[in-house]
Amino acid sequence: MVALTDEEKAMRDGRDGDAVAAAMDLLIRYADALGAEQLCETRNVAGTNTQPSPAKTKLFEEGGWSKAFSVISLDCDDDIEVPQMKVPTCQLQHGFGNDALGIMPYSERNIELQAGAESFYSSKGVNVLATCTPYQVGNLPTYGEHIAWMESSAVVYANSVLGARTNCEGGASTGSASITGRIPCWGNHLVENRYGTHLIESGLRMTGFQDWGMFGYFVGDMVQEARPVMIGDLGQPDLADLKHFGAAAASSGGVEMYHIPGRTPDAPTLEAAFGGAAPPESLHYGEAERRAIYDSLNSIGNSEDVDFVLIGCPHASLEQIGRVARALEGRTLSAGTELWVMTPRALRAVSDRNGWTATIERAGGRVLTDSCPAMSRVAPAGTKVFATDSAKQAHYLPAILGIEAWFGTTEECVEAAVTGRWRGSLAPAAVVR
Amino acid sequence: MTGATRAQQLVLRGRGIVPGRVEGEALVSHETISGWGGIDPATGTIIERRHELYGVCFTGKVLVFPGAKGSSGWSGFFQSTRLMGTAPLAMVFTNLTTKAALGAIVTRVPTVTELDDDPVARIATGDLVEVDADNGLVVVHGPWSQACHPQ
Repeated sequence: MVALTDEEKAMRDGRDGDAVAAAMDLLIRYADALGAEQLCETRNVAGTNTQPSPAKTKLFEEGGWSKAFSVISLDCDDDIEVPQMKVPTCQLQHGFGNDALGIMPYSERNIELQAGAESFYSSKGVNVLATCTPYQVGNLPTYGEHIAWMESSAVVYANSVLGARTNCEGGASTGSASITGRIPCWGNHLVENRYGTHLIESGLRMTGFQDWGMFGYFVGDMVQEARPVMIGDLGQPDLADLKHFGAAAASSGGVEMYHIPGRTPDAPTLEAAFGGAAPPESLHYGEAERRAIYDSLNSIGNSEDVDFVLIGCPHASLEQIGRVARALEGRTLSAGTELWVMTPRALRAVSDRNGWTATIERAGGRVLTDSCPAMSRVAPAGTKVFATDSAKQAHYLPAILGIEAWFGTTEECVEAAVTGRWRGSLAPAAVVR
Repeated sequence: MTGATRAQQLVLRGRGIVPGRVEGEALVSHETISGWGGIDPATGTIIERRHELYGVCFTGKVLVFPGAKGSSGWSGFFQSTRLMGTAPLAMVFTNLTTKAALGAIVTRVPTVTELDDDPVARIATGDLVEVDADNGLVVVHGPWSQACHPQ
């Protein structure tokens, strides 16, 4: 049984109201299921309350957002009043908002419902960042900070690249954390569970964004939920590269934490990555493995007529938007093809100022926010074949929308949008001799 | 109950993490399961195209699987199966993670994990299985592969 402090017992026993008591009850059941010995304090929660879903809409219609929060975010059937968030809490990506109106077959009712939810939750203190990449727009945890985040791509980024500590939380655990400031102290919160378990030796230097995504997809498939340590002459990744790498590893597997010695903060050295233990025998990533991953990500593509191109999964960085704008400068999209760049609203504001949004829109593309086709289960009307530079989106969207997928570089995707044809091919690997 | 039937019982001992006791037909996945992008809560089916159980419905079954993978929406998607009446009857899984633990809790179905033998290897789809999460037991009634269980 999880050991509680006096403060936590008081919350459990109702001192701070029914909602907080219900949240503590959920956290205790959850901690006991995990076998956690205690809870840890957190002042940084990233969860999701605002996106409409069929189940949530039904609850809202029965008893408003309080009912939806109680059942979904606290796993409680009682009528409760939602208190102010106790600790800083942000809303991750959700459904499409107003900027989707009229340009995609997305339910106006959902846009309306979500706008109402946004008003409700912001009045309760939730910061509506509306992105899967809160670390790009104002929520950057510090090294060693205990946080309670959802969104697998954000969790792996926070643990590995930032050195913050979080498990892959869910709706009920983040909901409960937001009004108690507690989360089970288990798994990635404990130093002994953060050391590497697998060694992956790459014989290839990463040539860019696409390579990092394929490498991540390979690593996730190899280690599943374990903690890989990558070595080799990988080259210097940037934010977008590691955002892609982690998201891919969390899609083909369940990677929540990895180390790249000399690059990520928990592992200044190979020895540190394994906590002083002898590294296990290494798994190899070479040309054959890279080719197999590329083929796997393209196995659902058949028709070369591309209807739809998606950039920005996880939400595009400024540099990614700039690359798309440069590739589209002075060009026009094929009449039958749409191109969407997904990014946080805060970054779109910068894209607007830089003139990138105008360049992309002049070509016939769009810079959209808050959501993505997979989250909102929507693509341009009639889409049968889509292309993306994201291994994660190529992994999920075919299942969610029943469409074909092509995976390539950002530039190949832009070309497909301009010509309406998929002409991607795998560039030669940079083999390290 | 005949002696022969009794002899075919297999008892796995583990830890119950969501209480309750039910009996039903097993649906065994040898691969991990995704929630978001992996299942459709409206129909209670697996929708991941690369998955061995693509198109198979888990509603009312004892879902036996190695663990959860993918998005943190896992628990929310399984919670939706409860709210939409398509939930599995019980869960039995090998690898305890936050996604699977929280998912089982909010699905509110009897769940056992940390078993003394691999449930995915020892239970077959179609087996009659009793999940006694109050006592951390999974009792498997035949039929199951004799090759794996020489008497």
